Amino acid sequence: MMRELLNGSEAIVRGAIDSGCNFFAGYPITPATPILLHMLNEIPKVGGVAIQAEDEIASIGMCIGAVMAGSKAMTATSGPGISLYSESIGLAIMAEIPLVIVDCQRMGPATGAATTGAQSDTQFLRWGTSGGFPVIVLAPINILDCYRLTRHAFNLAERYRVPVFIATDKEMVATAITVECGSFPEILKKERRVVPEQEEFVPYRIKESSEVPAMSSIGGPHIVRMTTSSHDEHGYLTKSPEVLNHLNRHLNEKIEKFVNEIVLTRADLDAGAETLLISYGVTAQSMFAAVELARRQGLLISALGVETLWPVPERAIRDAMQEVKKIIVPELNSGLYRREIECLARPQQEVIGINRVDGELITPEEILEKGLAPS
Amino acid sequence: LNTTLESYIDKNKLPLPFCPGCGHNTIVEKLNIALVKLQLDPKKVVLVSDIGCNGLSDKYFNTNAFHGLHGRSVTYATGMKLANPELHVIVLIGDGGCGIGGNHLIHAARRNIGITVLVFNNFNYGMTGGEHSVTTPQRMKTTTTPFGHIEQPFDICQTVSVNGAGFVARTTTFDENFSDLIVEAISHDGFSLVDIWELCTAYFVPKNKFTRKTLNETLKELDFSQGVIQQTSRTEYSRAYRCLYGKGISQPELPIGKLVTKFESKLSTPLRIIIIGAAGMKIISAATIFNYGAILAGLWTSQRNDYPVTVKSGFSLSEVILSPQEVVFTGISKPDVLLILFPEGLEKGKPYMDRMTKDDILYINADLLPISTRAKTVPLKFSKGKKRYWALASLAKVLRHAGIYPLNALKEAVALHTKFADEYTAILEADRELVRIA
Repeated sequence: MMRELLNGSEAIVRGAIDSGCNFFAGYPITPATPILLHMLNEIPKVGGVAIQAEDEIASIGMCIGAVMAGSKAMTATSGPGISLYSESIGLAIMAEIPLVIVDCQRMGPATGAATTGAQSDTQFLRWGTSGGFPVIVLAPINILDCYRLTRHAFNLAERYRVPVFIATDKEMVATAITVECGSFPEILKKERRVVPEQEEFVPYRIKESSEVPAMSSIGGPHIVRMTTSSHDEHGYLTKSPEVLNHLNRHLNEKIEKFVNEIVLTRADLDAGAETLLISYGVTAQSMFAAVELARRQGLLISALGVETLWPVPERAIRDAMQEVKKIIVPELNSGLYRREIECLARPQQEVIGINRVDGELITPEEILEKGLAPS
Repeated sequence: LNTTLESYIDKNKLPLPFCPGCGHNTIVEKLNIALVKLQLDPKKVVLVSDIGCNGLSDKYFNTNAFHGLHGRSVTYATGMKLANPELHVIVLIGDGGCGIGGNHLIHAARRNIGITVLVFNNFNYGMTGGEHSVTTPQRMKTTTTPFGHIEQPFDICQTVSVNGAGFVARTTTFDENFSDLIVEAISHDGFSLVDIWELCTAYFVPKNKFTRKTLNETLKELDFSQGVIQQTSRTEYSRAYRCLYGKGISQPELPIGKLVTKFESKLSTPLRIIIIGAAGMKIISAATIFNYGAILAGLWTSQRNDYPVTVKSGFSLSEVILSPQEVVFTGISKPDVLLILFPEGLEKGKPYMDRMTKDDILYINADLLPISTRAKTVPLKFSKGKKRYWALASLAKVLRHAGIYPLNALKEAVALHTKFADEYTAILEADRELVRIA
């Protein structure tokens, strides 16, 4: 039996390389730096380019340029870096640039607590740029998921041409576990949909609003025009109400209409359970451990691990909470995702948060205590 | 190219949208002349434009184009060139873009990335209403400097020159031959920049009675020279990168970390161990080796580390879980075994010591006693010196004292799966002398 000790940053990097990632630009920031270091080592082996840029703004800018020239690109940072990425996240939404962004979250606003993990950016990643348009955010629960969701992130980025975030944190990227060598799941690699050489290429031409246009690389067989401004199908600036309406509806609908194809959840439900636990990221580790503890005591309990934070997997959440009286949402923040659950709960259902903002992890025992307390 | 291209401008889209007399008209015309002279494949040319009136110009060219955010054009251009060095990447940026994106300009020059930057420099923000820019000369009036400008103007050419730009030139739209400078800039294999001074007839000209004459006088007054300012032959970055890091130079794979089970452990329930020491004292490395040993003995493990923001000062901590089953939750609130080796770890260890019960074991540097805990306390005496090995020696001592898994598994982990096998093997041979139970 061949085994290894693997941490989350290594798993993400392997996921990226196996996805065909051949461009990485990043700027050092705790706790995301290990991803930069691994990518600087691994990318040259596949003939790509990895670079430490002068700042976060340049990091994501270089990635966007590389994608337009045909690369599959990823960048990694922490919350303060996402703040600096903000305008370019908007650009990637508007210009429809497939891009994977890893957020190794740390605690607090601004510099915060650099070496302390947290789930601080749960809402920020969804709403972190102007305009209010959708992005996709995945949150791995454990280290093998870091690999699996990175693979999904690249596929989703290509399929929907949006920035796809991997919301992880210090607890995942700097923590290692034993894994069986070769136990990464097989996931089909989605290649970029490109317009064939002999066909006419109009950069943003689509038949239906929810359709995602095929690409052509700058330097390839067509003349390519892309833009960060509101544009017509040729990529030309426009103020035409009809065209603007079409563009803005398209940027929403290409995600909203496919929510059920995008979302990933992990349900472990007991028929007849009165309590449902809902969590994500590292706190979902504690949640599933709590479920194990409860069942060993002969108790009924249900749990839903949310792997796609955005778009919200509303159907899976509604299905899971159908029979229960009480919903517990453990998070390492003051309740940032709980508000999404509250929107979906029925009035008679109680939604209770377990929230820590002291840098300590929420333990399975803490979850169990709240989960089993009489309401 | 098989056929000669007479123009790179799409005549169907003309006329240009700029004000009458605006220098942008001339720059677009001269860029077209330069491209015609060079006869580059339009599919290999990309114009990366920035915010401001200049950002309207790429639309008129039959080449690839990307219109991006204010001041960030150099970053996209860099990404494109890195991804595909065959591209001729031409950045169209204004003096505003050079202000907000000045940092990128400096580092692109320093890197010598093979892009060409054409600066449409008209000393103010023409698109947003005539505000001052980083290149507005002193005393000049703009909507944001109604009584005259106080700041010294940004010398774009000198800034990129002193930072290693490959080709730098300055010109004005009144120079009949400046398309030749653009040809030279695009042909240069490295970072190139042409700072093109021009008139903004909407704002800067009427506000300052600015003319061709005053433009030339301003250049003289500032002692800003025209023509080629710098030309060097440093290796272009994307080529240099591929030479140094390119395919085929991959590092050999080390056998470190691939572990085959060949020992046995009698552990039947998860065991939670925390080792706390001082930064720089190889706490985390020792915990990793300890984990390797456990994996060789067939256990599943996890390792969660904690440390302050400093590197070589303060505490260093590793939480290790060893288990006969896969580890689901990687956190530890109460350890079964706690090691505190250095005074830096005492405060961090206190909450754990408070939670521990009589069934738990605390291994603690005897110099740190007395402490209060319900855990069974095992004082450790260290021989002076070799502090960087205390952690590994202590973990070996725990194996001798408490079992858990065979010491030989740890020895094999050290011998086969560390970079400093000889050094660490010697420590394990001598661990009885390095640390003993007091």
